[in-house]
Amino acid sequence: MSKPMLKSKSAMAETQIPQPNAGLSAAEMGARQQEISVSEFFTKNRHLLGFDNPRKALLTCVKEAVDNALDACEEAGLLPEVVVKLEVASNGDTAPAPSQANRFRITVIDYGPGIVRQQIPRIFAKLLYGSKFHRLRMSRGQQGIGISAAGMYAQLTTGKPVQIISRTGAKTPAHYFEVQIDTKKNEPRILERKEIDWENHRGTQVTLEIEGRYQKGRASVDEYLEQTAIANPHVKLVYHAPDGETKEYPRTIQELPPQPREIKPHPYGIEFGILLRMLHDTKSHSLSGFLSSDFSRVSANLAQEICKTAKLSADMRPRNIHGAAAETLYKAIQSTKIMAPPSNCISPIEEKAILHGLYKQIKGEFYTAVTRPPAVYRGNPFVIEAGLAYGKGPEQAANKPELPKAPLAEGENQNDDNELARVIRYANRVPLLYQQSACATFKAVLDTTWRNYGVPQSRGALPAGPMVIFVHMASVWVPFTSESKEAIADYDEIRKEIKLALQECGRRLGVFLRRRERAKGEFRRRNIFELYIEEVVEACNRLKGGKLPKEKLKEQLQKIAMKRTGGEKTDEVLGFDGGEPEGLPFSIIVTPEGTEGAAPMLINGGTNDVGAPEEAVDEEDQPTRAEEPVAEARSTTNGKQKIAKVKQQSGAKRPDPKRSEKPKANAKRKKR
Amino acid sequence: MARKKSKNTNGAVEKKLVGVADSVITAAQRSQDPTLSIPVRSLANINFNEKRGIIEMGRRKQARSFFNVGMAKKFMQTVLVADALAELQRANLTTSLREIYYRTKHTIKNSHENTFDGQNESDPLIEDLEVTLEALREELHVRAENSGTVVGPLVLVDDGDRVDCTRLGKGGYSVPSIVEPEYIQITKCSADFVLLVEKGTQWNRLSEDKFWRRYNCILLTGNGQPPRGVRRLARRLHQEYGLPVYVLVDNDPWGYYIYSVIKQGSINLAFESQRMAIPKAKFIGFSSADPDRYGLPRNVGIKLNDKDVNRARELLKYKWFQKKEWQNEIKGMLSSGLKYELDALANKDFQYLTKTYLPRKLKEKDWLD
Repeated sequence: MSKPMLKSKSAMAETQIPQPNAGLSAAEMGARQQEISVSEFFTKNRHLLGFDNPRKALLTCVKEAVDNALDACEEAGLLPEVVVKLEVASNGDTAPAPSQANRFRITVIDYGPGIVRQQIPRIFAKLLYGSKFHRLRMSRGQQGIGISAAGMYAQLTTGKPVQIISRTGAKTPAHYFEVQIDTKKNEPRILERKEIDWENHRGTQVTLEIEGRYQKGRASVDEYLEQTAIANPHVKLVYHAPDGETKEYPRTIQELPPQPREIKPHPYGIEFGILLRMLHDTKSHSLSGFLSSDFSRVSANLAQEICKTAKLSADMRPRNIHGAAAETLYKAIQSTKIMAPPSNCISPIEEKAILHGLYKQIKGEFYTAVTRPPAVYRGNPFVIEAGLAYGKGPEQAANKPELPKAPLAEGENQNDDNELARVIRYANRVPLLYQQSACATFKAVLDTTWRNYGVPQSRGALPAGPMVIFVHMASVWVPFTSESKEAIADYDEIRKEIKLALQECGRRLGVFLRRRERAKGEFRRRNIFELYIEEVVEACNRLKGGKLPKEKLKEQLQKIAMKRTGGEKTDEVLGFDGGEPEGLPFSIIVTPEGTEGAAPMLINGGTNDVGAPEEAVDEEDQPTRAEEPVAEARSTTNGKQKIAKVKQQSGAKRPDPKRSEKPKANAKRKKR
Repeated sequence: MARKKSKNTNGAVEKKLVGVADSVITAAQRSQDPTLSIPVRSLANINFNEKRGIIEMGRRKQARSFFNVGMAKKFMQTVLVADALAELQRANLTTSLREIYYRTKHTIKNSHENTFDGQNESDPLIEDLEVTLEALREELHVRAENSGTVVGPLVLVDDGDRVDCTRLGKGGYSVPSIVEPEYIQITKCSADFVLLVEKGTQWNRLSEDKFWRRYNCILLTGNGQPPRGVRRLARRLHQEYGLPVYVLVDNDPWGYYIYSVIKQGSINLAFESQRMAIPKAKFIGFSSADPDRYGLPRNVGIKLNDKDVNRARELLKYKWFQKKEWQNEIKGMLSSGLKYELDALANKDFQYLTKTYLPRKLKEKDWLD
């Protein structure tokens, strides 16, 4: 019987009790049972891959193509440069406006390594085909579904094949392919293949024509590209929007992130079933050999130790370990102290790059970034990074005082905007735009008590204020809640790490806000006195029947005011008050020009011996963005302070951080 | 603004107000921070004078300095209010708290900041000046709302008009906020006592039933916490005509406190006690013993909420509630867990208050001191 075991019982029942009207025999049913190809499955369940509605489909297609392009470039060791082009596709008639159109042509060009001719059809027209699934190494793509699913969606909605041009070098010809997927067999069908002339020496161009909707705003293609630029400052992105606009996201970091290595699984957190499979599949002939060669961080000594704990012979053949023995082995592994997995399989963005990215894309007054040390969930190492951009930016801030056009009436309030923070989420450098509330990152943001850091937050809500919160999870295997990779699953270990990172960001923000508050207080103090002196003098004059030498009284009062606010104020703004022992590593503070006349400066602390030993940061690492940084750097006594206070020409265009001068020669740490 | 009948305009108050400006000028000349020293108006700074039976203000003062970020605005506002008050003195006008607020509100030059954003900012400053300059509010020409009413065998002269309070129907005479002899003269009073009622509804009931005629009394109400005019009128009747004063309030902590303000003066304006307080005033009801005594069913009571309970506990600690009867009274309410409104008496009969409750109370001399 070809039936599965589960069904056999009911099948028997059917044969025994004759049913004249309905019912099928087992044989009839068997004839109908057939294999379902993965492509057929996903054709029906396209929402699982992020194609639930036309707007999201457009984004998903762009996202898959861009992610692939970036992965390819990075793996080949090339600085990625990607062009994304969205055009309205018309069926002969005049093209409708982008907001009205329902058919788009997506073209993504990269100048990466290109793809060898033989592989092109399968990469673009076979689901679950790829290089990334079977290895433990950090990459954007994981399963090898993405781009072929996008192609399948195109085929489904417009019937158009995927067009690919690829060239692997100047000496080889460029190949042009038109492929479709045979959904029944999950195999590529090649409609057209030829060699063509292509202006690019190297790279890949993918064109898809799909049904979609283009709309700006949240979770749009525009937002995706913007966020990609934030997390990938080493990428140059050019975006031709359907409305004819061209946006360019320049590269701000000229070096590639370090290549993540491929690793073996870490013994901690590995499931029992997986251990069994590994025992069965291993090439090793002894248990100790298996342990030390198939897992990371297990040395020969450690393997012996595990065998001893499990009371199993080190020479036992792995294949022969089943049942109770396997279970004791599993427990022994879990109870042995093993080093955390190597983190070189992960390439975090790193604080410096996050700062660059945030600063480049988001206007604010304060930026900070935190990269956590690697941690493990289910045997997979991961790194959490968080960043923060706070404030309205000098341009907007400069406009602010003009806001209240008229004096306020009773009951009116000056700060009526209750803007909530925006959370931007990333997994392996890819922005996550949907299902925010299901994501571990979002939950961790809600979990963090932002009020401790001077940011208002209502219960169970996001913190309020002009703030962008950046969270990135880098891992060899990011646990998504679904195939469409929209939200990170809520593992305790992951949430805890995110919270720790956010708390550090929050702490720094708190320091900044308190410092600014103090400086503002000083500023306000003199301001207040100046404003009120006038009032007091006028009132006194009226009380004295208008016979008061007003100017004299005013001068006298102003003199007292100056005396009372002068000295301390400057010191506090300069941060010399000594009251604040904590520094702000990896942070940027932007102040508009002319703040209080205090020289904006660049405090550049020496590398600290205590804090973060690995990320010893040189002056070069400090994102300094002023043409002439009035660099007055000094190392504070604790050597921890690392604030870049940047003089900002109001209205002037922000210069590229990288192109700006380094701090002047005198901006050296004195300590070392 | 109402024009006041000018009788004795001495410049004393105005001089005091100008003194505020003088202190600023002197301090400026000496390069000192202009500072006003203002008596503290809080529970911590009052004493209960048991001998006199009134609350007196202590000697603690707070400094309000101009060149202190936290106080600069308040200082500036205080000077502005002083200026406005001086203006009233010169023009010989009286005004309300609210009008003072509007008079002093403007935008500060070269800014969008208002001198005052709400009346709640200016009201306490007027009280500050009252205590600082030791000037009564009437002397500062600031009046409160007319929210008191009187009826009974009493003849007054107000602005030269003769007011016979026996001939004012059910409505009675609205007590002005300033009832000093310069403004209101009492020409005849043949009553035996004064009954001060917390609520207007009960006052209306008593007035409608002509209770004052049968028991030859003066009926006064202040609609809640009685305003200065009502307190001052009761005090004058008590002092000038030797009338006993009985206070009828709801049975809740706020009722007790209203009684204590009439009797000993308020914490906030303790310095005025000597002119306002009636140390011999009696608490006639509604007592926590009354529901039992008058057979009021339990279901017309209202459960005490947390605020009530806390307030009652505070009252228990006040020095002027230390008498044994008072401790029993308040604890009685706390232990029953219920408070009663005077209105609840209507449960028995619409005229129960007039016909049974008060007559019996007066007959039995059932009151607390």
